[in-house]
Amino acid sequence: MKPRITPLGDSALLVAFDPVIDAAVNARVLAIAARLRGRQVPGVRDVVPAYASCAVHFDPLRTDRGRLHAAVDEAVASAGGDAPAATPSTLRIPVCYGGPFGPDLGAVAVFAGLSEDEVVRLHAQHDYRVFMIGFLPGFAYLGPVDARIAAPRHPAPRPLVRSGSVGIAGRQTGVYPLDAPGGWQIIGRTPVRLFDPASDTPARLSPGDMVRFVPVDRDEYARAAAGTS
Amino acid sequence: MTGVSVLRAGLMTTIQDEGRWGYQAAGVPVAGPMDGWSHRLANLLVGNPRDAATLEITGTGPDLRLDRAARLAIAGATFSGHLDGRPWTSPVVLDAPAGSQLVFGRRERGFRAYLAAAGGFGAPLVLGSRATDVRSGLGGLGGRALRDGDRVPIAAGRRGAAGRVAPPDAGWMLPEAPARLRVVRGPDEDEDADRAYEQLVSGSFTVSPQSDRMGYRLSGPPVGIGAAPRISAPVVAGLVQVPPSGDPVLLMADRQTTGGYPAVAVVIAADLPRAAQLGPGDRLVFESCNQDAALQALLAIERTLLAIDGS
Repeated sequence: MKPRITPLGDSALLVAFDPVIDAAVNARVLAIAARLRGRQVPGVRDVVPAYASCAVHFDPLRTDRGRLHAAVDEAVASAGGDAPAATPSTLRIPVCYGGPFGPDLGAVAVFAGLSEDEVVRLHAQHDYRVFMIGFLPGFAYLGPVDARIAAPRHPAPRPLVRSGSVGIAGRQTGVYPLDAPGGWQIIGRTPVRLFDPASDTPARLSPGDMVRFVPVDRDEYARAAAGTS
Repeated sequence: MTGVSVLRAGLMTTIQDEGRWGYQAAGVPVAGPMDGWSHRLANLLVGNPRDAATLEITGTGPDLRLDRAARLAIAGATFSGHLDGRPWTSPVVLDAPAGSQLVFGRRERGFRAYLAAAGGFGAPLVLGSRATDVRSGLGGLGGRALRDGDRVPIAAGRRGAAGRVAPPDAGWMLPEAPARLRVVRGPDEDEDADRAYEQLVSGSFTVSPQSDRMGYRLSGPPVGIGAAPRISAPVVAGLVQVPPSGDPVLLMADRQTTGGYPAVAVVIAADLPRAAQLGPGDRLVFESCNQDAALQALLAIERTLLAIDGS
């Protein structure tokens, strides 16, 4: 797999594989991003991986282009995607599904032709990979969602989705780390904090991590929420 | 630490430094000044380092009381106002005594100005930056725009900074009608993107009212209708996206870190200050440019700042 390396404006480069949501491609992207961050090329101010591409942001007035391109070429050539650098951790995220926490659970059940309990079972039955963080601080794009419950996002966003809300948009699932407008199908809520601006690593989840949703009832949710506040 | 008291906050006044870099991989927007050149000029004029926090002033300016004496500078959009009744017109350097009142009045050209105080405006560092990102609620004063009654501290300045004067060409970024924004091709390399790029550089667009620090929605001839959405990919300031609606979106300082719309063109860094000076109703055209010309343009505006710094 050889990616394209193209300018992204005059202050960034983009390393882009064919645009697919695929764990092997994503692992390669993450390896390239890690390698580039480690090189600390002077003038580079951010390295941002996504599903199948990675941007290298730089200050054009402080960056030696030759050195930057050499570093990118080297990272692409040498960063392997077959084995993770470390065993990814699996974060178990307690979720209270449905009721006031999951206003769209009913709609997803109708979409799937299943009961709400069945939708919950399908959502919580396996681990999800974190492919990228974007859209909001700490918002992890998780996938792949079982096709039976892969309801598309709303045509227009809800003005306010509460922090901790667990949503589905097609084959992706995710958790809102802050109150924000949003178009995902909201099926539950978690008390786990996924973004902490006081921390040097403010996003709780990293690309490559694994996530398992664990259904809990209202009482357990309340106890967990009290513990995390 | 005393500084200024906000008597009237103005339309949208926020604390900004050069932006929150290094955390886009955690989904954290860069934020920072929309017109980074004018922010730097204001800091230079009062002897601050470039990353000192300024107040970004949008549209209607604030009324401020100085709770301590401070050397101030205002750069960017041209405003008239007064300091304890004495009129000023920006760009300007003012020595404001303790207890004086700084009033922003009429805005002449441009949309955003920067108020610097010697020593820099104070705010807690959040992930290494004082820049305000109102959408995420990070940075500045409580992660929001200033309100009537706020107090913003000013850190102690270096003593004896020489008085400086704004250069005659400090208004190079102020809008003409139409403003010309130079662009390079975006990363998408398919027929849809080719067609959309041609439409972008041959049309004339207006900044719609649905525009803010995240980005400007542009109205005008439809661009790229029917272009397929993409999986989320990283974005940059100045990126012109083409959503299904056909109205291009020009991404600015508070843009999200990634996006799924076709990425057709990118405004060059040297023209972002010009883009930042546009408000709703202003007209613009895009002009095709290459990477070499983009770098030369950036070097040219950097030289103007360096010349002041050396004076």
